[in-house]
Amino acid sequence: MKKDRKNDLSLKEHEVAGNGLLDRRLFLLRGIQLGVIANIMPTNGFAKTTTDIDLIDPTWMHEPGEPFSIYGQPSAYEDDVVRFPVQNEIVPGNGVSWTPLHLMEGTITPNGLHYERHHNGVPKINPKNHRLLIHGLVKKDLIFSIDDLLRYPMKSKICFIECGGNSNAGWNKQPSQSEAGYFNGLASCSEWTGVPLSVLLAEVGLRKKSKWLVAEGADAFAMQISIPIEKALDDAFLALYQNGERIRPENGYPLRLIVPGWEGVLNVKWLRRLKVTNRPVMARNETSRYTELQPSGKARMFTFPIEAKSLITSPSAHMILKGPSLYQITGLAWSGRGKISKVEISADGGETWAEAALQEPILDRSFTRFRLPWHWNGKPTVLKSRAIDETGYVQPERTELVKKRGRHGFFHYNAITNWHVDSDGFVSHVYDKNENETTDSDINIDSDWD
Amino acid sequence: MTKMKMKRQTLILILIAIGINPDNAKSFQGHGPNLGYAVSSEEIAAWDTSVFPDGEGLPKGEGSAQSGEVLYKSRCIMCHGKNGLGTATGVQLAGAQLDLTSEYPEQTIGSYWPYATTLFDVIRRSMPMTAPGSLSDDEVYALTAYLLFLNNIIDEYEVMDASKLPKVRMPNEGGFINIYKIEETLR
Repeated sequence: MKKDRKNDLSLKEHEVAGNGLLDRRLFLLRGIQLGVIANIMPTNGFAKTTTDIDLIDPTWMHEPGEPFSIYGQPSAYEDDVVRFPVQNEIVPGNGVSWTPLHLMEGTITPNGLHYERHHNGVPKINPKNHRLLIHGLVKKDLIFSIDDLLRYPMKSKICFIECGGNSNAGWNKQPSQSEAGYFNGLASCSEWTGVPLSVLLAEVGLRKKSKWLVAEGADAFAMQISIPIEKALDDAFLALYQNGERIRPENGYPLRLIVPGWEGVLNVKWLRRLKVTNRPVMARNETSRYTELQPSGKARMFTFPIEAKSLITSPSAHMILKGPSLYQITGLAWSGRGKISKVEISADGGETWAEAALQEPILDRSFTRFRLPWHWNGKPTVLKSRAIDETGYVQPERTELVKKRGRHGFFHYNAITNWHVDSDGFVSHVYDKNENETTDSDINIDSDWD
Repeated sequence: MTKMKMKRQTLILILIAIGINPDNAKSFQGHGPNLGYAVSSEEIAAWDTSVFPDGEGLPKGEGSAQSGEVLYKSRCIMCHGKNGLGTATGVQLAGAQLDLTSEYPEQTIGSYWPYATTLFDVIRRSMPMTAPGSLSDDEVYALTAYLLFLNNIIDEYEVMDASKLPKVRMPNEGGFINIYKIEETLR
């Protein structure tokens, strides 16, 4: 008891915002603080154990280990770190699978955990029988084989891809109680490598009136969408590699259009055709879907960039804090308009805010990891994070977003997420008090993937 | 020789010394090896199935709501339900009762879709999802006509084809705000 009070007093010096939020440099500080931290970090069983023989002399030190493998797999003890799929009953290839962001650290999504959104399944494409056609308002229509494209000068870019429909359970009247990743994990971040689109468009030669590109995938949906030529020439590219290896089938093998920072549906997988035009094609996925109905009855269309967003991944829904102690609040922030310039965290429901440490390197249109030490005093509270990007845009509170956009936009939900910590340390998702929308029969918006 | 010029010359010498042709290093930014091969207009016509609101891309063929109804009942009803009212596995396509400003707006073809040509395009390329690409162009016109009829946009006997479909005006054509265009003017 006495010792705890002493620790609390030492930590008090480092408080930067209400309810125990500590200086983001605390973990980096040298000297006496280290002792303080050691005393209040959650203790695990190991240090105390002396009688349990397995810990000191484990069996795996007495037998030869497994042989080499040609392709490594995660530990069998990590089998809960998986995507969470939700699919159509009749057409199982129509649906989504969420990345388990709440079970991950760092900023790069392993290829097997990158989120998926398919409209009609993953095609099994033999790259030898796959071609890219570029045609339309060009000086010469050209076809490229995958082998040809592999010989082109390439560039790499680490960037996130986020489905326009990510986090759409946020529009629901009741807060989703899914784990953070299974609510917000239609977003992932990879290093993509491929051929700048500008190089290929220079080879076909754009004609004067070219304004849009219509991109088409080789899946059973033949997914088609329009992209402004300005973006195509700026930083779009045709990816052949994801995190160093050829793109996985579910992420577009053998060729995926990458449109950095713009909503996922534009990053066409299994790319087979680019038609240069003077106007959008007005495909199903840019008219009937991926448009956002507003309270006025009008719908927002061609809302391409992903606005800044952040999410505390730990602690987050379903996690349990093991008593009053020092914890690290961590999460991800990203913006489709550039770099994240700041992430602020509140541990008192938005009364006061402290700046989190941003993990370097902070990259354009990429996941940015943030961290902040927090001393939880054991009392119920609400944690929030808000991202600010280099354009000065500030991630909105849900009340603000819903007031502006209504609840039927389905896409582009980027509001601040609140994690409530109760006195037992159990974390759940709550809306702000002033937005407790009373309802008994609400339609769950996120169930509507089609 | 100016300082700048000297720097540039030194750079070129370094590039040559390490085996990089300075011209290539420069062209690396914007030029590829030109490996694309030519394609005939017939091949493109067969490959290009994009249909635009003005009718560009619509093929020959025709169909009416009457013939479309028969097809709908055998190919579409299992997901999209009777009269296009939707099921748990397929979106509602017709029969909107609640308008777009209501508490639970119904976004159907009739209440929401801005262009009739989009219907033809998506049915031909994606539907039915259990057997995409299995409908003939006549059948796609017929289904398009039937769905327009279900939404009270055309009458039962009206035949849809490449010239008539683009002329169909959808009730919600003016219901969209082009955000990209607005942002473009601000840039």
